Amino acid sequence: MLGGLARIQNTFFDVPMIAHVMPTLLRVGLPNTILLAVLSSLIGMAVGLMIATGLLARPVGVRLGCRVYVDVLRGLPHILTIYLIGQGLPIAGLSLFGTDTYAYAALSIGLIEGAYMAEIFRAGLQSVERGQIEAARTLGMTKWQTMRDIILPQGIRRVLPPLTGQFILVIKGTALVFLLGLTSSQREIFSIAQDSAINNANLSPLTAAGILYLALTVPMTYAVNAWERRLRGERQGGPANA
Amino acid sequence: MPDAEAAVAVRFERVGKRYGATDVLSDISLDAGRGTTTCIIGPSGSGKSTLLRCTNLLTRPDTGRVLIDGVDITRPGVDVDAMRVRVGMVFQHFHLFSHLDVLDNVTLGLRRVRRMARAEAEARALVQLRAVGLEGLERRRPAALSGGQQQRVAIARALAMEPAVMLFDEATSALDPELVKGILKVMRDLALSGMTMLVVTHEMRFAREVAGNVVFMDRGRIVETGPPDRLFDHPQTARLQQFLDQVL
Ligand SMILES: Nc1ncnc2c1ncn2[C@@H]1O[C@H](COP(=O)(O)OP(=O)(O)OP(=O)(O)O)[C@@H](O)[C@H]1O
Ligand SMILES: [Mg+2]
Repeated sequence: MLGGLARIQNTFFDVPMIAHVMPTLLRVGLPNTILLAVLSSLIGMAVGLMIATGLLARPVGVRLGCRVYVDVLRGLPHILTIYLIGQGLPIAGLSLFGTDTYAYAALSIGLIEGAYMAEIFRAGLQSVERGQIEAARTLGMTKWQTMRDIILPQGIRRVLPPLTGQFILVIKGTALVFLLGLTSSQREIFSIAQDSAINNANLSPLTAAGILYLALTVPMTYAVNAWERRLRGERQGGPANA
Repeated sequence: MPDAEAAVAVRFERVGKRYGATDVLSDISLDAGRGTTTCIIGPSGSGKSTLLRCTNLLTRPDTGRVLIDGVDITRPGVDVDAMRVRVGMVFQHFHLFSHLDVLDNVTLGLRRVRRMARAEAEARALVQLRAVGLEGLERRRPAALSGGQQQRVAIARALAMEPAVMLFDEATSALDPELVKGILKVMRDLALSGMTMLVVTHEMRFAREVAGNVVFMDRGRIVETGPPDRLFDHPQTARLQQFLDQVL
């Protein structure tokens, strides 16, 4: 019984080993994970905003094309898409970024995230009351002025919490890029932990990685929840009297 | 332009609009005299809102013409945004810009469309807000106002643009009964000041007291039109009689 517990402790919670891998995780892995998540999210937001506009566009062809993009990229396992884009593009001769695996990684996650973010942006744009848009047009404001002064400011407030929620998913999603084979200095949290786990025939480095992921994602999750609660309260408004 | 023509602010000529298989407006011809109030009454779904929305092209008619001060606004190539500055509109559900405070709601159009500096726009907005009885609420958000206050802001927002014509689409229908009176008073004062108004309303007393001309619509057609005394006291059609029996 005690022997079993000790074995579990040695396999998963070997403190010296965690202490040994932690500095590399913090120095190399953490910045790379964050950088990769930020880059992918930026690509995802640019793609997502474009696709969202397309989803709401009038021409049927545009709408259909964007719908297919969203359905396909959300419907495939991420690991498959990352393989296809990250490995496939260079093999197919489309070496957009030379041999920089990092860029392919960011691109493939960014394209996937674009599909999810498109739905978030679409919901945000659509959440703006139709009547307010008509009121703006009635004042003589142009389509573009209405977009800038009415739709975007209201849409963005409603989009920021779910967008941050999506960013949390991206942080976790970056773990998949280990597939693409990163150079030693490019490795993010999971790759480093995985290498170390294999070399030491012990899973404690993965525990260390887990602690880091949790340190990133749990506080953010709570922050987003609090944020959404506050926005909901704001919308219900304050006192009203005639 | 002969005098009789110059006295017409809004003219509908054989306006038609169809959604799918239903004619929402058929063959609507109507003149609204400058400085007069035209009240449009009729059962739900008769096309009152659609007609009002054709006046500033929020809805574009399929057939016929709409003229404002003699200018055909339905012609292709007309600057619709410039036209809309001249036609103010007030909605049943206010439609204030929910992310802006009261003052910004009123100044946005002035700053963006009339290209006024903020200080000038605010000065004008304050005058307009005072006129509708909203002094001191400039920094409130719409959500923190009563329905009556919101509708006053909406009226101030429209009037600040100095329109030549004002459209009201059931401006009091969403209000608590005790707030209706105040809004009707603002509208009556506006009518007395010489504004040209097209008013869709269920307030028959308002129509009787303020309207120069009352239009009764049913199923997309104008069934009867005339001065309020005649329309309310001597309806010519069974359809109008029936409608009045229901609402009065
Ligand atoms: N965008 C639209 N698409 C399809 N049908 C519409 C549209 N707008 C209005 N209609 C239809 O046109 C008819 C007239 O509508 P409208 O809103 O003008 O009536 P109304 O007289 O204002 O009614 P209410 O008193 O209920 O406001 C209704 O049958 C309505 O369902
Ligand atoms: Mg209506």
